[in-house]
Amino acid sequence: MKIGVPRENHDGERRVATTPDVASQLIKLGYSVAVEKGAGTAASYSDAAYEEAGCEILSSARDIWKQSDIILKVRGPDKKEAGRLRADQTLISFLWPAQNPKLLQQLTATGATVLAMDSVPRISRAQKMDALSSMANIAGYRAVVEAAQHFGRFFTGQITAAGKVPPAKVLVIGAGVAGLAAIGAAKSMGAIVRAFDTRPEVKEQVESMDAEFLMLDFDDEDGSGEGGYAKIMSEEFIKAEMALFAEQAKEVDIIITTALIPGKPAPRLITADMVRSMKDGSVIVDLAAEQGGNCELTQPDKVVQTDGVSIIGYTDLPSRLAAQASQLYATNLRHMLTDMTPGKDGQIVVDMEDEAIRGATVCKDGETTWPPPAPKLSAAPPQAVSAPVPEVVEEKPSVSGPIIAMALAGLALLGLGAVAPPSFMAHFTVFVLSCFIGYMVIWNVSPALHTPLMSVTNAISSIIVIGALLQVSVANETIMWIAAFTILITSINIAGGFAVTYRMLDMFRK
Amino acid sequence: MISAGIVTVSYIAATILFILALGGLSSQETARRGNWYGITGMTIALLATIFGVVTQNYTTLMVALLIGGSIGIVLARRIQMTQMPELVASLHSLVGLAAVTVGFANFMHPGVHLEGVELTIHGIETYLGVLIGAITFSGSIIAFGKLSGRIGGKPLMLPMRHWLNLALLLGAIWFGREFVLQSAAGGGMDALIIMTVIALLFGIHMVMAIGGAGMPVVVSMLNSYSGWAAAATGFMLGNDLLIVTGALVGSSGAILSYIMCRAMNRKFIAVIAGGFGTGGGTLVADSAELQGEVVPISAVDVAALLKDAKEVMIIPGYGMAVARAQHTVNEITKVLRAKKINVRFGIHPVAGRMPGHMNVLLAEARVPYDIVFEMDEINDDFPDVDVSVVIGANDIVNPSALDEPNSPIAGMPVLECWKGKSTIVLKRSMATGYAGVQNPLFFKENTQMLFGDAKETLDEVLKAL
Repeated sequence: MKIGVPRENHDGERRVATTPDVASQLIKLGYSVAVEKGAGTAASYSDAAYEEAGCEILSSARDIWKQSDIILKVRGPDKKEAGRLRADQTLISFLWPAQNPKLLQQLTATGATVLAMDSVPRISRAQKMDALSSMANIAGYRAVVEAAQHFGRFFTGQITAAGKVPPAKVLVIGAGVAGLAAIGAAKSMGAIVRAFDTRPEVKEQVESMDAEFLMLDFDDEDGSGEGGYAKIMSEEFIKAEMALFAEQAKEVDIIITTALIPGKPAPRLITADMVRSMKDGSVIVDLAAEQGGNCELTQPDKVVQTDGVSIIGYTDLPSRLAAQASQLYATNLRHMLTDMTPGKDGQIVVDMEDEAIRGATVCKDGETTWPPPAPKLSAAPPQAVSAPVPEVVEEKPSVSGPIIAMALAGLALLGLGAVAPPSFMAHFTVFVLSCFIGYMVIWNVSPALHTPLMSVTNAISSIIVIGALLQVSVANETIMWIAAFTILITSINIAGGFAVTYRMLDMFRK
Repeated sequence: MISAGIVTVSYIAATILFILALGGLSSQETARRGNWYGITGMTIALLATIFGVVTQNYTTLMVALLIGGSIGIVLARRIQMTQMPELVASLHSLVGLAAVTVGFANFMHPGVHLEGVELTIHGIETYLGVLIGAITFSGSIIAFGKLSGRIGGKPLMLPMRHWLNLALLLGAIWFGREFVLQSAAGGGMDALIIMTVIALLFGIHMVMAIGGAGMPVVVSMLNSYSGWAAAATGFMLGNDLLIVTGALVGSSGAILSYIMCRAMNRKFIAVIAGGFGTGGGTLVADSAELQGEVVPISAVDVAALLKDAKEVMIIPGYGMAVARAQHTVNEITKVLRAKKINVRFGIHPVAGRMPGHMNVLLAEARVPYDIVFEMDEINDDFPDVDVSVVIGANDIVNPSALDEPNSPIAGMPVLECWKGKSTIVLKRSMATGYAGVQNPLFFKENTQMLFGDAKETLDEVLKAL
């Protein structure tokens, strides 16, 4: 089957749905790949590189749409493109079906199979095709770069001959994939990084990146929603949260907001008042600009200057890192196609039983299959499903048990004492006492020394040689030889046991 | 010739020295002194007996002593530390054999003449000494065979084996009665021989029915039996030194068996009755959580993971002993510790084939013993561990022991490495452990598998470090 990659025609979109590297791997899966002329130019992948990787270069988008069985795109198709889609084709791209119901209708009507990369369920198995995370990661990094560009100072603190430079203070709101990427980038540039999130379980992740996690002095309300995303919080919580932000705004130099709630407009977290209270030269990067912005003053796709603060509302951050974004997105696509090509024979199979594929498929055979049934697994650590603690049945030391055992033992001893001669009883006393001494002594032995314990007990149990020594002086020849044999084997044991114990103990050292 | 009084005093000294020898093993610092106590005690006892009791045939005696002693020392020098379980088992068999031969010799030439109850008791003593000795002998031989791989590790499950055991036991009791009755009339040799054969068969059958995982219990149990055999011989000869030593060794082995059984959460009888490792009835493999993806990892990635870690826990198992990887493990430990990474070892009581097996191997490789910990000491620390490295272990890190009540190993305490940030499991293949139970640990998200021979893969890891 032929995979076609048209040039992205959306304004300002620089990404491309496949790279030469990935294309050569797709060819290994049995596909042929056709790329529209100039598709990768904006992302610094030349047509020559694609050709070298084994791709066919087609000069017009029309040819791509006409000849290909599978179309890979970054942005969802526009009206014209959607009109070109045929029933026997498969389209894979970002789609945002919830925001674009009309487009979804139109795509369904073509009868084609369409998979939305943004609808890949958040399950562990599908992580390798989670393009949202890939893009969020890039956006987080790029947000710091943009902030640095508009911030008139160093990130890192320095003491120079020309005076002291304080480190920049960065506040990251929302510690999802983008937030964590931003923390990492800002941290590695030397800034002091703080982060806030409504989901307490990310505290550890934030701290693992050496950033400070800001806690609300608030009854623990868990902000984790389904699929590891955040949910809407209670009014009191938001109040406390806002107070925290207001306080932080006066102190920090850069705020990066990444707070999103699936299917809802972005929460308003930074008010105009807070912006006003920030120091001159401060920067706000609002990653939620497309969904209305976390900051009241954000304007999508623009940089606004108010009260000495730059508010960056770019919505195309991944595209601004086009080569990297294309590479990660193309790899996500390749993983998906690998899963969908079980035979490695260039034949695509849309397996609706596969949870990941099912989740991403938004229409097939003229029917809308979106939204998918709820995913079974959550990406967040399951709290309720902690392993059932095996019931520890604390056995109460039964009083009657030992008493009965002791009584029986006592009776047996009495019986023995009644018939046994005194000479036996003397030995028996020694025996019982020795058992107790052994019991007391052995419990103190360190478990690490159990092997030496066995070899040393082995050596001393060869004291049985004394029996043979008593017999070796007997006149009877047979017995003498038996005794000699016994001495031989027990002395192997004595020498061997002690020597090997010595060797072992010699090895134990601090 | 020295007087009988001096001999007795020497025996008392030997007894005390033996107790001190065992007491010395309570810590690594005093252990070496303990071993010297033992050697001194044995020397005193031997000298006192040779010069106080023996009257002739000194040449035969000395030759036997010297030959035996040299063989023993050569064996002890040459043995590989990985072969310690085999050596211990074979030494046990010698004690058992000695108890049998001493018993027979004593029966053929009693020395003192006894009558009435004393004779009966003496008969029973002789009989018990030979019985336990024979079981120890044949059982240890089979254990040796299994440990050295000459006999397959799989438990042998004869049909009606419990009945067979019962029949052998009843036979032993019946011939014991015959022996005591006949020996009063001067006979009894036939009964004694038949009983010895029965005991030998019993020992063989008993150990054959126990799988690899039960081996630590078997070895310590045979250790215990060799002690009881010596004690019974002591009764027979009326010698307190033998009784005391036998009782010490017997209770030592019994306690070790108990500790091992507790570490496997099994009843002693259940282990001895055999069959551990055949899976039992319920197959846990059906449960849904076991269907997962195993994530393989390369040696280079393992090295990278280790380098980035702050807390590393190494969990060795029998696989490390088989691959003789302990030296490479130590090299890796050294490199990591030089990088200020906290490396610790977590030892499960039944890891390996013998109590303390792993400790000995690590000590041989010169891993400092203060970073080697018991399960109970470190099990709570796993949440802080960045990387756990499981080397050739399976059942002792199986989470289903805790959360799968139907599992054959349910309730067995295990090292909870899955609570750490990530786990690397070194394994030759996806085969199950000795308990025959599939291990959900391998399918956990934070577990990665490094397949191959532990020595080779660890060498690669070391190179990459």
